[in-house]
Amino acid sequence: MNYFELFDLDPVFTVDTANLAERYRELQKAVHPDKFASQSEQQKLLSVQRTAQVNDGYQTLKNPLRRAEHMLSLRGIDLSHETTTVKDTTFLMQQMEWREMLDDISHSNAPQDKIDELYDSFASYEKSLFNLLAELLASEQEQDDKSAAEQVRKLKFMAKLQDELTRIEDDLLD
Amino acid sequence: MALLQIAEPGQSAAPHQHKLAVGIDLGTTNSLVAAVRSGEASTLTDEQGQHSLPSVVHYGEKNVLVGDEAQALSAMDPSNTIVSVKRFMGRSLQDIQQRDGQLAYQFEASENGLPVFVTQQGKVNPVQVSAEILKPLIARAEKTLGGDLQGAVITVPAYFDDAQRQGTKDAAELIGVKVLRLLNEPTAAAIAYGLDSKQEGVIAIYDLGGGTFDISILRLNKGVFEVLATGGDSALGGDDFDRLLVEHFKNTWQLSQLTSSQARQLLIEARRVKEALTVSNEVTATVTFDNQLLECEVSQETFNTIIAPLVKKTISSCRRTLRDAKVSIDEVIETVMVGGSTRVPLVRSEVEHFFNKTPLTSIDPDRVVAIGAAIQADILVGNKPESDLLLLDVIPLSLGIETMGGLVEKVVTRNTTIPVAKAQEFTTFKDGQTAMAFHVVQGERELVDDCRSLARFTLQGIPALAAGAAHIRVTFQVDADGLLSVTAMEKSTEVKTSIQVKPSFGLSDDEIATMLKDSMKHAKDDITRRMLAEQKVEAARVIESLSAALQKDGDLLPDDERVALQDAIANLGITAQKDDVDAIEKAINDLDAQTQDFAAKRMDNSIKAALKGQSVDNI
Repeated sequence: MNYFELFDLDPVFTVDTANLAERYRELQKAVHPDKFASQSEQQKLLSVQRTAQVNDGYQTLKNPLRRAEHMLSLRGIDLSHETTTVKDTTFLMQQMEWREMLDDISHSNAPQDKIDELYDSFASYEKSLFNLLAELLASEQEQDDKSAAEQVRKLKFMAKLQDELTRIEDDLLD
Repeated sequence: MALLQIAEPGQSAAPHQHKLAVGIDLGTTNSLVAAVRSGEASTLTDEQGQHSLPSVVHYGEKNVLVGDEAQALSAMDPSNTIVSVKRFMGRSLQDIQQRDGQLAYQFEASENGLPVFVTQQGKVNPVQVSAEILKPLIARAEKTLGGDLQGAVITVPAYFDDAQRQGTKDAAELIGVKVLRLLNEPTAAAIAYGLDSKQEGVIAIYDLGGGTFDISILRLNKGVFEVLATGGDSALGGDDFDRLLVEHFKNTWQLSQLTSSQARQLLIEARRVKEALTVSNEVTATVTFDNQLLECEVSQETFNTIIAPLVKKTISSCRRTLRDAKVSIDEVIETVMVGGSTRVPLVRSEVEHFFNKTPLTSIDPDRVVAIGAAIQADILVGNKPESDLLLLDVIPLSLGIETMGGLVEKVVTRNTTIPVAKAQEFTTFKDGQTAMAFHVVQGERELVDDCRSLARFTLQGIPALAAGAAHIRVTFQVDADGLLSVTAMEKSTEVKTSIQVKPSFGLSDDEIATMLKDSMKHAKDDITRRMLAEQKVEAARVIESLSAALQKDGDLLPDDERVALQDAIANLGITAQKDDVDAIEKAINDLDAQTQDFAAKRMDNSIKAALKGQSVDNI
């Protein structure tokens, strides 16, 4: 399913999120099961399916990482089930360093400061990856799509690091 | 004679077609029913003018009592008087006994470990007890509104899992009430509040009831109520304050061995003291055991110290949920308090402190949920076709499946907007394998044992292929009520595999059928008569909605298809006049199948129309 088509948007990486949200609300008003509560079973079933698509489409287009993945899959590069790993050694070294810092948080005297510091460095690193990704996706060259896929893989690593940091923060709060 | 219905101009073209529907707040401690009358939503009272019905059921020797009469017998006959049954819904007996310790009831475990209360009236499960609470509410509504109900919206804590939701729905269906929707309690409160204030922006709903705690963060925008995140604890509420206070009494009075009647007396006194402390700084607790008067002073301060850990837990949930919603405290324009336990001063002050603003209590926290549900019911039943109101709710807990080594693979993550459908692919690991077993769990933890088991199911009829050659696509769909259904298909052959779902903590279809038959026996009702009546109502509904759809969008169909549909409608009309249940059911299903194409065309058409407005706006 092409979510750009579903939302009647141009398939580009830069999305106006306010406009996207507005379209999402209008689509929801057209397909949501609550609008079909007294209709036939077929209509209800269809409504649940369409709403699920609209919901997934919105989440996909709203989230930059998922949006990039979706664009690449429309261009024939499917990253969702792949097992290829990042080979960039500088990136991998950086990952290891960050992982060590995550492990150190619990022994720190000021864990919240460490956590904030890590959030900041993750955010700025992600930002540079996304900037590069946007450029690569805009060119629509096959070679650039392949490099874009590499950036997406890196960003997935970053997302996992983020999750772990959140989990550590949760444990501290309890 | 029915009273004259007054419709607001433009809201209903045919006022005489006003359909009766109610919102029901099936609470841990109290339950309420509300309806929209002449454009105003309000809770309905009983003959004594009471809005709330205590959620207490007494199984006496000869009869079943519900509400105040049942509550009056609570201390005298605790084992036959069931209180807070909501805490038992969708839970195993083992879970409950671990959590609550010794209870006054006589329990038995059902085949799959669910609690069954052994009472003077025989064995009853939590679904049946809940159905008893619903009965007088439905009767009250039908009497007040003067007619049969088309359906009800029933509220559930946002944090209820699949089994707890299904149990609630089963309870209503057991007494023949059509559930229009299961609505999350905080969302219901948001409707009542949002429509009242007409504010737009992010609001937080803090809902602390008798047995459950929910925190929901919503964005209100042009009639759309979008839940951004929800969190909470389905086993934390005012009942737990009572229990801690009971422990305090036991320590102060050095009580160790208590009869179940004494234990219940302590619980009743704890509740009284807790409620009195919402208005006084100090309250004297008293009970008389074995002719001995026991007394102790409980100050606001002491009580606060006792309950502080629990209140702190709710604040931690608030912090986490805000983060899940990706909004900061400053963005929250209003905090709405829901549930009787938000009357506790410490709760109010802690919430005020955390959100840094005075919480709103302008709508009675006990009634706001039922009122919101009534508004939603009125819309769902079709009384307000022009309404802009739309609720976008989320799934509160992640859904996952068990993989090798007892680990969970998440399929749908928490706080995903529902309805949602997610597909996952699996492959066979043996040559000629034709079946595959799955275990679905709900929760956030990585180990299966730490999550709640929802269901086990087996895929059968997989075509016999070499190992790894069969690719089975399993689709998990969660509907607007938050209920899960599963379908599966082998990709290369497109063979649909059949699924048998065995709910871990719910009732099987057979058990529900048996309960339904039992309830008919007691009511001296005739099951076939009720089924016939239900099918006739259903046929009328199908004819009405399809005729309206054809009138509006009939031009989407080629002439021959439209005529064929019209014939099929007429045919159903004739069949529905006769008293053959099976024939009516078949005619409904046939007609439904015939509308598949029409339904899809209408849906595509409305999607196009929705975006057309958009494109024009953005030029």
